[in-house]
Amino acid sequence: MRIRTLIDKEWNEVFKNKLVLFTVLLLPLVFAVLPLVQLATTRQVNPGELSDAPGNIARLCDLQGLTSAECMQTFLSQSFMLFFFLMPLMIPVTIASYSIVGEKTTRSLEPLLATPTTTAEIIVGKGLAAVIPAMAAGWLSFAVYLIGARFFVVSDRVYAAIASPVWLVGMVLVAPLLTLFSVGAAIVISSRVNDPRAAEQLGALVILPVLAVFIGQIFGVIALNVTSMIVFAGVMLVVDAGMLYLAAKLFQRETILTRWR
Amino acid sequence: MIRTEGLTKTFAVDKRIGKITAVDRLDLDVKAGEVFGFLGPNGAGKTTTVRLLSALIGATSGRAWVNGFEIGKRDQEVRASIGILTEQPGMYDRLSAQKNLMIYARLYGVPNPAGQVEKYLRMLGLWDRRRDPAGSFSKGMKQKLAIARAILHEPKTIFLDEPTAGLDPEAAKLVRDFIEELKTEGRTIFLCTHNLDEADRLCDRIAVFKHRVIKLDTPSRMRTSMFGRTVEIQVRHADEPMLALLKHFDFVKSAEWVDGKIVAQVDDPESGNPALVKALVEAGAEVQFVSELKHSLEDVYLSLINNR
Repeated sequence: MRIRTLIDKEWNEVFKNKLVLFTVLLLPLVFAVLPLVQLATTRQVNPGELSDAPGNIARLCDLQGLTSAECMQTFLSQSFMLFFFLMPLMIPVTIASYSIVGEKTTRSLEPLLATPTTTAEIIVGKGLAAVIPAMAAGWLSFAVYLIGARFFVVSDRVYAAIASPVWLVGMVLVAPLLTLFSVGAAIVISSRVNDPRAAEQLGALVILPVLAVFIGQIFGVIALNVTSMIVFAGVMLVVDAGMLYLAAKLFQRETILTRWR
Repeated sequence: MIRTEGLTKTFAVDKRIGKITAVDRLDLDVKAGEVFGFLGPNGAGKTTTVRLLSALIGATSGRAWVNGFEIGKRDQEVRASIGILTEQPGMYDRLSAQKNLMIYARLYGVPNPAGQVEKYLRMLGLWDRRRDPAGSFSKGMKQKLAIARAILHEPKTIFLDEPTAGLDPEAAKLVRDFIEELKTEGRTIFLCTHNLDEADRLCDRIAVFKHRVIKLDTPSRMRTSMFGRTVEIQVRHADEPMLALLKHFDFVKSAEWVDGKIVAQVDDPESGNPALVKALVEAGAEVQFVSELKHSLEDVYLSLINNR
């Protein structure tokens, strides 16, 4: 009951902030539409246009006997897929930053901490208020992309690469773990920062691991498959445990009231 | 309702400064229904004490009980049974006044949240503005809203930290009147304030505090014990021998001329004044006025703090 009240309060307040609302609505829209536009514009590809693709991609396309358009669509869609992981990272950090730092600046945390609500309830309430919209936005835009892609792919082989187990495992397993990481990071950052925008900007650093994977994939250093995705999920699980432990340690009544600056 | 035994709170600042003791061996016994004033300069540890007694921070040593629940052992029950008005109102500025209170009513598990919210919004004259965002409220209105939030769940004990700080006289009076009303309902009120006049008017007992209790008593007994009772006698045609005459009485501790009046410190004016007046009249003085000179709580406070 208290957790529900807290989530309700967070959403009521944080979504009155236009910047947060803009982030939560715009990101999923951009990340769903951009890859579809990219698919729509690569239906016709001359073989020469593939010369810029990394060697490993070109070799793979040759190996699988893909046409130029199939190869281009598969390569670009695989690269864009990682952007669906950005939403679970960016949306929670924005919501949690405005929620926690906002409460710090308006001094509304102390009256909240003075209620019989437990620290765990406050963390779970604030966490879920950030996680639920992020997951909803991530999954919704992914679903929109999967449905839309059906109309723009040049063949079933390209669609199979998009709706592959790799990305389904990623969205079901890795994305929620990324949101937890993001919430933990937001709490840690919020404990040291007094400006929601500064917290949000620092929080944006959470996208670095995904960007590293993105770049690694483009240059053929990282090959994403179900196994590597499960390994990534395992690593995130350990990182999340550490991050949430640190966040829970910082989010104690006495620490908030006497040490948070 | 509030009892502490050697309650101490120490903070580790940094390596250079080391540790500071904000609250040092505090012993208090605040009775049910009492308005207890907690006076002290900035940085004296008043807010730390309120936070300790509200189970917001833990004590370094000592024990405390609020409404029968021991701090550190039954913190959730302590928090459920108290109301707290923090130094800053800390409202959710984007949410309406009504929504602000509804959230807290639910967090406190109030049985009829909507009804209770309406009751206090009406009582504090905010009902017509219930749909307005709290951020659009004046400081006084925000403070009233914060008071409503503190008592929504009908707590037995209420901690008020500087309830009238920064309010205009009209808003401050309204808040004071409301505290008086809470007092008549039998609630225990722990009032931290810098406003000595307010403490004098509202509090049954006061503690002057600077990390530890310097003095604890009723405001009037505190005055008497520190300054005694002083009588001011305005006479026409008085002369020096009259002062000597007064000093012969055992109950007169001192007597002097101040601005053409006799100012005498006496033990029991109710018993002694008739004898003083009679002696003066018999000595040829024409007594115009006899009144008791009251020391303000400010005199008491400043004397205690400065002499420490």
